[in-house]
Amino acid sequence: MCLGIPMQIRSIDGNVAKAFLSGTTRLIYLDVLDEEAQVGDYVIVHAGFAIHKIDEKEAKETLDLFKEAGVLPSGS
Amino acid sequence: MKYIDEYRDPGRIEHLVAQIRKTSRKPIKLMEVCGTHTVTISRNGIRDLLPHHITLISGPGCPVCVTPIEGIDRAIALAQKHETIIATFGDLLRVPGSETSLLKQRGEGADIRVVYSVYDGLRLAQQNKNHQVVFLGVGFETTAPTIAAVIQRAKEARIGNFTVFSMHKVIPPALKALVQSPELEIDGFICPGHVSTIIGTEPYMPIARDFGVPCVIAGFEPLDVLQAIGLLVRQIEKGEAKVEIQYRRAVSPKGNLKARVVLEEVFEPCDSIWRGLGPLPRSGLKVASHYSDFDMERRFNISPVNGREPPGCLCGDILRGLKRPPDCSLFRKACTPESPVGACMVSSEGTCAAYYKYST
Amino acid sequence: MPPITSIRPEEPANEERLSKKQGKVILDHGGGGRASRELVQSYFIPRFTNPFLEKMDDSAVVDFPAGRLAVTTDCYVVDPIFFPGGDIGMLAVNGTVNDLSAQGAQPLFLSAAFILEEGFELADLERILISMAAASRKASVSVIAGDTKVVPRGKGDKIYINTTGVGLVQDDVNISGSNAKVLDKVILSGPIGDHGIAVLSQREGLAFDTDLRSDCAPLNQMVEEILTVTREVHAMRDPTRGGVAASLNEIAAQSDVGIVLTEGAIGVKEEVKSACEILGLDPLYVANEGKLLVFVPPEHTSGVLEAMRQNQYGRDAHIVGEVVADHRGRVVMRTTTGGTRIVDMPLGEQFPRIC
Repeated sequence: MCLGIPMQIRSIDGNVAKAFLSGTTRLIYLDVLDEEAQVGDYVIVHAGFAIHKIDEKEAKETLDLFKEAGVLPSGS
Repeated sequence: MKYIDEYRDPGRIEHLVAQIRKTSRKPIKLMEVCGTHTVTISRNGIRDLLPHHITLISGPGCPVCVTPIEGIDRAIALAQKHETIIATFGDLLRVPGSETSLLKQRGEGADIRVVYSVYDGLRLAQQNKNHQVVFLGVGFETTAPTIAAVIQRAKEARIGNFTVFSMHKVIPPALKALVQSPELEIDGFICPGHVSTIIGTEPYMPIARDFGVPCVIAGFEPLDVLQAIGLLVRQIEKGEAKVEIQYRRAVSPKGNLKARVVLEEVFEPCDSIWRGLGPLPRSGLKVASHYSDFDMERRFNISPVNGREPPGCLCGDILRGLKRPPDCSLFRKACTPESPVGACMVSSEGTCAAYYKYST
Repeated sequence: MPPITSIRPEEPANEERLSKKQGKVILDHGGGGRASRELVQSYFIPRFTNPFLEKMDDSAVVDFPAGRLAVTTDCYVVDPIFFPGGDIGMLAVNGTVNDLSAQGAQPLFLSAAFILEEGFELADLERILISMAAASRKASVSVIAGDTKVVPRGKGDKIYINTTGVGLVQDDVNISGSNAKVLDKVILSGPIGDHGIAVLSQREGLAFDTDLRSDCAPLNQMVEEILTVTREVHAMRDPTRGGVAASLNEIAAQSDVGIVLTEGAIGVKEEVKSACEILGLDPLYVANEGKLLVFVPPEHTSGVLEAMRQNQYGRDAHIVGEVVADHRGRVVMRTTTGGTRIVDMPLGEQFPRIC
């Protein structure tokens, strides 16, 4: 029910930011983001609004769960 | 694409599948609540990857699918009004009402514009001062705060020709109805990732605590869904029932407080009818009285309509997870994406659409 | 035909009557009278300089080589009319050239008919005609017949173009969408979705920025090179609206075969992937204007691939699938995650979605 795309903030102007994903740039709105956004932050964008700042540490840990199991998959 | 491609890595996915196959013993039924999860599962052929004794059931988390036909009919009635512009997300365009659809009405001359964000709807109002702009508000707790924020902006800017037709709903009452349903035996919920970004873990606690059904909040890439299934299997095999977050990069236990504050400022809970589930108390959102200038229901007099459910349509049972699309006699015959009978087929993430589009 | 070395126009006879860089189309321009004639002589003829047009006869009479004639026609109504990498004129030429090429025909002649809306900027018309002239030269085709009509303001959308193309099919070429055979390999000439996303990026209300340009290009040279390697090409298609999904489903149905694709082999540029993620679109259904699908028996695949990769429009040619006897009429794809999914016929317009 919720397409949410991870995008990186490239510039901020009030409640509007320019966000970037792999070659595509869009304007997004920061009205409902619960943290102060900084240029360089990655956020989840839904229907043109940033709803969460991506936790880079958690993102990495989700992928690293495999290291615990003693399996190092391709591309890790 | 950062934060996307890594979660589609075939190597990790293979590993997760192997882990699930190793640890899963009991035959179980898991429900993916969210329509976007249904699409991920179907598009990536995840059902085929899992052992046969794990069944995935699709739930009612498709906002378009659970909007009663009356909602579409009333939106169409609005579209037919003189000097009225309907602004809508693309998702609603093809949904069949009792007689016709918004797309067909556009063909008849109704002014219906597809927007990507609700701010575009507000802009339309600013650019078309002698038209009424009505924004069709569908979506759950992920989308509703964004609509609320724009209603606040509209109030600040004193925009007089912008209203929202709120058909928003909230997820927890539906989960409660499902888990209390005697016909359905759900062993675990794959919970919606982005709804949870807003609401956090707390609303799922009663499901785990009072009904003993584990809940794992999952992201939307194939790795996320499989990892969530793995976590559910682990809980079930251990006899546990907790709320866990798989989607930790985007969901924190407390959720997004700011978004909830905005939402609660502008919207109030109300009873609402879910297609398939029927009326659920405090499961919908209506525009609060101090924002009545932006409430379509106060601006317009569109009488309630009795929508007709098409005969033979099994959307109701499918939304409750009781039946699968192939069980419906209309599936792939009278009901196809080109000529959908029910919302489950026309919504981009409706269960029937996902099965039709992706399943071999 | 004299070689055309520059695209500088000849000066029109009555400059005062039609001001070139400003001014709009008026109803008189379509009336068949003096204004019409001046429009044709000032704008159209100088662009497509060739003896046929200069005659200004009712019909062009050509000496046609013996053989089979391929005929195709298409209408172009794209909005916006100018987009990154091209315009409606370039599309009108290349689209029709490619339809002929995909049939295995050598494109020779085009007709070009225009419906102009009253009020359309003459400067834009000129831009489009310059573009069409350049595209026809690049594709080595001549525009030998044309027509212009003007409709009242509001009854059209700036400019609509129809092009009809005529080409020559050699005796030993037998290419058809109904000719795909089990065991054929499916080759795709390059990454998909560029055109559709480039056009969408210009649409009001979607406002996203991308460096993507349309892949609009003439494929006849590449087809000629393929057919030089082997005449054993069974089917070809240039996937346009509806993306590769539409073309593959059409061929699967026409030939009554199944097609299996490998997701990992289908090229998609990062910018297309990201735009599709953001809008909720699937690249398989996004339009192209310079790509070719080629169905070839296995023994000729490497030769055809090599020929395609020598051509500027086929550098990234890859085998993306094969024809099978199972699930006849359907296209199935092995996903990168190890599962299988159907690639269904597209419904119609893809609208951006939030769910």
